[in-house]
Amino acid sequence: MRALIRLIHREMKLVLRQQSDTFLVLGFFMLTVLLFPFVVGPEPQMLERMSAGVLWVMALLATLLSLDRLFQNDYEDGSLDLLALVPLPLTVIVLSKVIAHWLTTGLPLTVVAPFLAKLLQMQTDGVTALVIAMALGTPTLSLIGAVGAALVLGARRSSILLLLLILPLYIPVLVFGVAAVEVASLGLEGQQAPLLILAALFCATLPLCSLATTAALRQALDSG
Amino acid sequence: MRSLFKHSRSMTPLPILASFFSGQNLACVRGERLVFADLSFTLEPGEALLLLGPNGSGKSSFLRILAGLSRPAAGELCWKGRPIDEAPERYTASVRYVGHQDAIKPALSIAETLFFWGSLYGIEQSELVFSTARAMTYFGLSALADTQGRLLSAGQKRRVNLARLLVGTAALWLLDEPATALDQESIMALGKSIAAHRARGGIVILSTHMVVDLPQARRLDMRDFSCH
Repeated sequence: MRALIRLIHREMKLVLRQQSDTFLVLGFFMLTVLLFPFVVGPEPQMLERMSAGVLWVMALLATLLSLDRLFQNDYEDGSLDLLALVPLPLTVIVLSKVIAHWLTTGLPLTVVAPFLAKLLQMQTDGVTALVIAMALGTPTLSLIGAVGAALVLGARRSSILLLLLILPLYIPVLVFGVAAVEVASLGLEGQQAPLLILAALFCATLPLCSLATTAALRQALDSG
Repeated sequence: MRSLFKHSRSMTPLPILASFFSGQNLACVRGERLVFADLSFTLEPGEALLLLGPNGSGKSSFLRILAGLSRPAAGELCWKGRPIDEAPERYTASVRYVGHQDAIKPALSIAETLFFWGSLYGIEQSELVFSTARAMTYFGLSALADTQGRLLSAGQKRRVNLARLLVGTAALWLLDEPATALDQESIMALGKSIAAHRARGGIVILSTHMVVDLPQARRLDMRDFSCH
């Protein structure tokens, strides 16, 4: 446990000192979302209708943008070899990476999302649902992304390959993330259902993706 | 059936292979190519093994197999008489590996880097401060302790990576071209640290093209096991 905290601490230190990464992701998210009112016009109904979809798709693309650095740097500079030789299970190292990734991308995205939602004329009920849905959904995005990031290590054109591998797997999170907001803003019955499904997706991906990522890293080290 | 087999294997001591560290009939395949085959060795505490051979003869691949990073295509490694697959984490705890890359993060200082690795190796906080300070002094890095990785030269990066060997104790050192980019003085320091490690009963396996002082080192020429 202490080792896990130390690993997360190091990852955070690396990201925060290099700053650019987190700001790039946040900047991408905010700018792309802000483009939409220019394109579709300022009518509140129109913006509200598409706000949930726009926010989720952009959050997803912003997450994808940041996945590159998850293992690639450590793979290239030899740190991954040394991390694999630490007397800890490789899964613990994978988990620390994923947690640090979420803290520096998923969490900031969740924090700025309500402000952008307000700009897109989303109603208060919808905004609340969006924040909860993103808090539940973005860890799943990081977990699934880790599998892809580990699988493409050592491949040429790895960022495009990563995109093609991971985007289809993000669809369930996208579907229920948008559903959570729409159900809430329309005031329909059963508002918790999509949120519960997002929570279930997280619970399922946590063990599955940790194991899959560990296996993929072993494979990358073996051929490295 | 399988559990019975495992049980019986762990109960019976291996008769012939009582040596401390050994490998039998190891083979390595890279891509579609068989790099080496039928490579066997045994090492006792305090011994050093120098790997010889031209580029591409499999020295680095062999060291990665020894570190447990790659799996051999055939053969088995035994540590203290037991196959390393039985308790990989216990084996890993006794290994320090220095590869081609130095794993230096541009944003971390030398002291932070050594401290981080030391804490992951499970060294107590109080001992760690002493241990990192000693390692830095040994490789002449004390004055650079707070320098960030981005500002280090290739030789300095290599020295940081080597200083990691001296943080805590590990019985087996695997060094892949450790003298690359080092100046004469640092090569001497490396030679001295290897000698001290062997005097404590440690084992060193290294590949190098430089002249490193290794009294009574065993030599293993990779060409003897190559398949070409």
